[in-house]
Amino acid sequence: MQGNEACVEGAIAAGMRFYAGYPITPSTEIAEQCALRLPQVGGRFIQMEDELASMAAVLGASATGVKAMTATSGPGFSLKQENIGYGCLAEIPCVVVDVQRSGPSTGLPTSPSQGDYMQARWGTHGDHPVIALSPSSVQETYRLIIRAFNLSEKYRTPVIFLMDEIVGHMREGVTLPRPDELIINKRHISYHDGANKQCYAVPEGKFVPAMKAFGQGERYNITGLAHDVSGFPTNNNAVAGALYTRLMEKIGRNLDDIVRVEEYMMDDADTAVVCFGGTARAVMSAVEQARAEGMKVGMFRPITVWPFPEAQLRARLPGLKRVLMVEHNYGQMLLEVQRVAAERLPVGFLGRIDGTVIPPADILNKLREMEGRENAQ
Amino acid sequence: MRYEMRFSGSGGQGVILASVIVAEAAVAAGLEAVQSQAYGPEARGGLCRAETILSREKIWYTKVIRPSFLLALTQDSLDKYAQNLAPDAMVMADAGLSLPACVDPARALMLPILATARDKVGKVMTANIVAVGAVNKALGLFDEAALTEGVRRHIPAGTEELNWKALAEGAALVTDEQAALFRRSL
Amino acid sequence: MPSELIHKYMRIDHLPHIWCPGCGNGIIMRDVAVALEELIDDPEVNVSREKTVIVSGIGCSSRAAGYMDFNSIHTTHGRAIAFATGIKFAHPELEVIVLTGDGDCSAIGGNHLIHAARRNIGLTVITFNNDIYGMTGGQYSPTTPTGDRATTAPYGNYDRPFDIAQLAAGAGASFTARGSAYHTRETTELIKQGILHKGFSLIDVFSVCPTYYGRKNHKGGAVEMLQWQRDNMVPASRYYAMSEEKRREKILVGILTHNEYPEYTQEYAKLLEKVQTGK
Repeated sequence: MQGNEACVEGAIAAGMRFYAGYPITPSTEIAEQCALRLPQVGGRFIQMEDELASMAAVLGASATGVKAMTATSGPGFSLKQENIGYGCLAEIPCVVVDVQRSGPSTGLPTSPSQGDYMQARWGTHGDHPVIALSPSSVQETYRLIIRAFNLSEKYRTPVIFLMDEIVGHMREGVTLPRPDELIINKRHISYHDGANKQCYAVPEGKFVPAMKAFGQGERYNITGLAHDVSGFPTNNNAVAGALYTRLMEKIGRNLDDIVRVEEYMMDDADTAVVCFGGTARAVMSAVEQARAEGMKVGMFRPITVWPFPEAQLRARLPGLKRVLMVEHNYGQMLLEVQRVAAERLPVGFLGRIDGTVIPPADILNKLREMEGRENAQ
Repeated sequence: MRYEMRFSGSGGQGVILASVIVAEAAVAAGLEAVQSQAYGPEARGGLCRAETILSREKIWYTKVIRPSFLLALTQDSLDKYAQNLAPDAMVMADAGLSLPACVDPARALMLPILATARDKVGKVMTANIVAVGAVNKALGLFDEAALTEGVRRHIPAGTEELNWKALAEGAALVTDEQAALFRRSL
Repeated sequence: MPSELIHKYMRIDHLPHIWCPGCGNGIIMRDVAVALEELIDDPEVNVSREKTVIVSGIGCSSRAAGYMDFNSIHTTHGRAIAFATGIKFAHPELEVIVLTGDGDCSAIGGNHLIHAARRNIGLTVITFNNDIYGMTGGQYSPTTPTGDRATTAPYGNYDRPFDIAQLAAGAGASFTARGSAYHTRETTELIKQGILHKGFSLIDVFSVCPTYYGRKNHKGGAVEMLQWQRDNMVPASRYYAMSEEKRREKILVGILTHNEYPEYTQEYAKLLEKVQTGK
């Protein structure tokens, strides 16, 4: 099964029944597969006139109570950003898949890249929380897109599913879990008596308001303006400030629930290779080769790439002598790794932006070089 | 043991599908397989390359580093991808193409793949299936059940007979002596 | 004391509205409310308040959604029709009404307008067309007549304007009509017909903006601008009684196009049925 296909099958298993999109390489197979599969499960597929409309239609559909998804690549991800921000502020769950490609602009449309890491965090304007997940295999794509929907429903926020061409266009064997093995967060629609009542009020002990749905009993308002608990615009700075703070904290205070990493051979490692997404494949290979040469190397892979797994990396620092960041860009996650680790350890970097894939041999050479240079000093 | 295969030709010849079929046959046969491709933005014409990696163990790195097998259906693809082969690599190319000097002729099979598809199977677009038949016979990768399963998943209903014929004609292009020479065990 | 209509269909705790004195938008919003009230009260037709969703974009017009006591969503600039498409396609039983302006709908949102019209998806789009960007203080819009002044056309507008209703009709909208702030009874009737129409409908309603458009272009205040509509826009009943020569000087208040094309969500329902039953 192809990575893009696994994304669709996982999304359907998660309950996704609405897809709006616009064709763009290398994410197009996701739209094609949705067009084929969604009618079979009673879902709805629409090819919109552009990327902005796709994002808008997904938010509109989600506001009626349907789990909705769109997929795109770099240029389209840029176009979707304003409405992603709308989803953050109005707290409308949805999943936005970005199968990254080489950029900026049209760039190398069919070549792998991880250049949207920072765009995923800061693409839309203003301060806002972001959850972004990144799979490194076809099998993981299937399970992780389900988690993306679950987090989106739980925290009422768009979740970015940050794929890359390496995983999106790769085929490998996949074992599909039985439906009863999967945990799916259903959307619970709640109602108050009467209309327009505190629909953005947060119940005691929760961090988000209960979900509503248009046409299912209760009248209410959604707006992209700063709003009070009734869902209507406000110019009251204290109320607006409290809203923004709550939006940040609903993610910031639940990092234990949201953040996941994969660690490989880290327990006795003195060198951590940090990577995410498809890059992990070359890193795993390099780690095994380095171990065979006697180097104590492990892999630290954020699966939740936003929020960055700061606490998890920090916990590893005391045992480490050095960190190497490997990613298919000019140093984006590197900035996060440096922020966490650079005061205590040397942080090396291996990146690539020419549209080719970093081979394990380059990583191995970089590891030898880092270790050798220190030994020579 | 990691076995890297590269399938190349011109866009539209179906080399990506050939690579996918070999990968899926491998999964059907209980092996690990990873398949990927590189192509330009255009869907037709232009140099096209697909890769399949087979192994009995988990495959980490998903791209071909130095292929041990190359299929080339055009001169351009043969010239380009013959350059970086593993020392023991085997090359299969369409008859009539000229083998670059860097390839040992003793490790190359020049087979009339396109002509067989056109004249014996009757449809030039079955060349990729003919190639799959020839590849499997030469390398002795999978049993017939796994191979036909790989093909069956990717052909339109009603074209089964045509495709079984293409597989058989492809296999018939490789002699038993040649197969004994190139056989791979994973 | 607010009238009964306002009590019933407006969110009175969010009034008074933000519009300037003399603005035509309040009149048009009232027309929409009256049209909805009459349809909701009509036992012959199936329009309910709970199943009605009002969608708006950004701009003066788009504040109307928040004042109307229905399900409402105030979206991003230009994207109201695209959000509405998602809502309607996800739940076709909903009555989806888009309140938008000339800039929101035909400039930044022009692509969504023509494609929703092409699909003939069952939305009802009502444009509060005041020939100007009011919210940002009077810049020219795609409907500002050539030669008129705006803050971004200090020497007169050298763009050619759109006729939004003709634009939608040209893109395949099955129901298009023109109304005005002055002709409230006729406009209300056109909105009702647009809502009842199964496919995509657009009612382009000429509003008046005395603050930014009228004052800059010496068109007088609200009264003079409404008098202009009275004198130059003619309801269908009288319009078609006039000679062809006379008609050329006047603007029709009434239906421009009315066709029965297949509606998008109904066609999708057929597709779903076909795929699921295998027939």
